[in-house]
Amino acid sequence: MAVLKAKDLTLQYDQRRVVEGLTAEIPEGRVTMIVGANACGKSTLLRGLSRLLKPAGGTVTLDGKDIHSVPARELARTLGLLPQHPTAPDGITVRDLVGRGRYPHQGLFRSWSEKDDAAVQRALEITETLDLAGRNVDELSGGQRQRVWIAMALAQETDVLLLDEPTTYLDLAHQVEVLDLVTDLNRQRGTTVAIVLHDLNLAARYADHVIALKGGRIVAEGGAADVITEELVLDVFGLESRVLPDPVSGTPLIIPIGRHHAAPKAATTTLELVS
Amino acid sequence: MSTNPAPTGQRERTLEAPHPQRERADNALKTAKTGHYLPARASFLRRTLLNRTAILGAAVVILFAAGILLGSYTVTIPDFFRILTAHFAGGEKIPGASFIVMESKLPRAVIGTMIGLAFGLSGGLFQTMLRNPLASPDVIGISYGASAAAVTAIVVFGASGAAVSGAALGGALGVAAVVYGISRSGTLRAGAGAGTGSAAGNRLILAGVGIASALGALVNFLLTRTDIRTAADALVWLNGSLNAASWDRAGVLAAALLILVPAVAVLAGPLRIIELGDDTAAGLGIRVHRTRLGVVLTAVALAAVATAAAGPVAFVAFLAGPIARRFAGKASLPASALVGALIVLAADYFAANIAPLLLDGTVLPVGVVTGALGAPFLLWLLVTANRKDA
Ligand SMILES: Nc1ncnc2c1ncn2[C@@H]1O[C@H](COP(=O)(O)OP(=O)(O)OP(=O)(O)O)[C@@H](O)[C@H]1O
Ligand SMILES: [Mg+2]
Repeated sequence: MAVLKAKDLTLQYDQRRVVEGLTAEIPEGRVTMIVGANACGKSTLLRGLSRLLKPAGGTVTLDGKDIHSVPARELARTLGLLPQHPTAPDGITVRDLVGRGRYPHQGLFRSWSEKDDAAVQRALEITETLDLAGRNVDELSGGQRQRVWIAMALAQETDVLLLDEPTTYLDLAHQVEVLDLVTDLNRQRGTTVAIVLHDLNLAARYADHVIALKGGRIVAEGGAADVITEELVLDVFGLESRVLPDPVSGTPLIIPIGRHHAAPKAATTTLELVS
Repeated sequence: MSTNPAPTGQRERTLEAPHPQRERADNALKTAKTGHYLPARASFLRRTLLNRTAILGAAVVILFAAGILLGSYTVTIPDFFRILTAHFAGGEKIPGASFIVMESKLPRAVIGTMIGLAFGLSGGLFQTMLRNPLASPDVIGISYGASAAAVTAIVVFGASGAAVSGAALGGALGVAAVVYGISRSGTLRAGAGAGTGSAAGNRLILAGVGIASALGALVNFLLTRTDIRTAADALVWLNGSLNAASWDRAGVLAAALLILVPAVAVLAGPLRIIELGDDTAAGLGIRVHRTRLGVVLTAVALAAVATAAAGPVAFVAFLAGPIARRFAGKASLPASALVGALIVLAADYFAANIAPLLLDGTVLPVGVVTGALGAPFLLWLLVTANRKDA
């Protein structure tokens, strides 16, 4: 299997430093959720962890080997990434797009095989996009498209999978379903998964491990129950909130408090009910 | 007030509870392992594309043959083969016909085909990589870089022959370096989000259009400063023409294509992945910058060698990709190359055989025809395009 580690990692664009001196491990065979405010460097961290961005300092290792010393394609057979903003070429069909996830498994002289067909088929079935297989990607709804991109990442069949906001555009049922299917993948195949997620409640529920980022640094790390607290939400998002046990899973459930609609009575009664 | 979550036991229970969606996904994982699937649709698409490409290939062969056999000087098929065997195996030449076929018609058709393939591939590579149908070597100034350098060499330095071709190559590469510099600084930012990518592409195209018109002005200026005979020599660099086709030029072009076409074949796979965006491509094991550089160099070299052989034949690189896409149903480099060859051969047939009938014997440069037919064709493409390919 595969252990992904960052040590003293510094990432920057031109002169702008985004991640600084970050040391972290994506625990093997677990689901890790990366949370943090907009522009705190989550996507940048995923880029650094997957060799899209060369570190300005520090190293990223996969199984002890620097990811920048491994041939790109070989790395891509172990480490997959679904970026936040993938772009589909005009007129590409769903099956063709998902098939491109097989690229690292093909060589100059090893062309498309039955194994590739099977992997694509599997990815389409898992993400329930089989019915869409012949459609053009530009004709799909945002949520369908998102599931197709997830299928592409799954078709890559890597031991480590990094997903940058895989639930954007999805309705609540599909959000839950995507997280369920990633969890299935993790439980059944032992795939190590790291997901950037904005929905803290779902992140808390599906995480084996949570990494909270602020300004490109880790402010808290560990089990959801230990990391996701009212203090952390205030620190990381600058948001007042109540954190209760999720009645379904027991994991932290964040109730945000904005400037409006905070009926003091209602809030306290709920709290009393729970405690 | 305890805000801490319940023990994890509760969570396990939830996971194991029967759940329709979960079952579906489970089944998918299971059945997928047994490998029942229908890849029919994918192979059907691949077959259609192949058929369409084969049709294009056949059309190129037909036009190639028509250019040699028909026209203002016709040759019968048996005569054509007699001329060929006489030329290569020795034997009795046919007076007149042998010379016209071997020294004019055949090299003209051969060069026309090759520059068409080269322009078509070059345009297809640029358009695919920059995800913009406007990004072709003629629009972004690369062909003009070649012609400006060639005209400068002829007019200012009195160069001729291979030196002019060399200058054309250098000019194309020079403009490409500027354009590539712009595109690179653009893609860094393009990585940030989907929307900004096209902005970088647009910046590049605007810069290219600017460069192209500046170079066009330079060529015009040089032509006004020179005597009539040199100007006539240099004129081909304004429009592109096959009138000076020779076996020497064909040989140089063929040698270049022998290197460049395999390079395109190698780059085509990674290019398909780069279409998915830089981040996705890098995640799939592509070295994005290296591949981009390879694609740009290959595409520029293709445009440059074609321009060096016949001048900047207008619109071929620009139109080949979109027409091929319209015909084959999706972007395809082989189809772009074949459409490029088709455009040049058809336009040259018109320029050499039909235009003289209409214009009292004037043999037009092929570039004038592609330019004149290209513009309305472009408008037609735009008008009939679905909004998404426009
Ligand atoms: N390609 C780039 N070039 C320059 N700066 C960038 C680039 N990508 C991101 N940045 C900057 O780096 C910082 C972190 O961006 P990043 O995309 O990592 O944030 P994020 O945590 O993923 O935010 P979000 O939740 O909005 O996706 C931001 O200030 C952003 O402006
Ligand atoms: Mg992000």
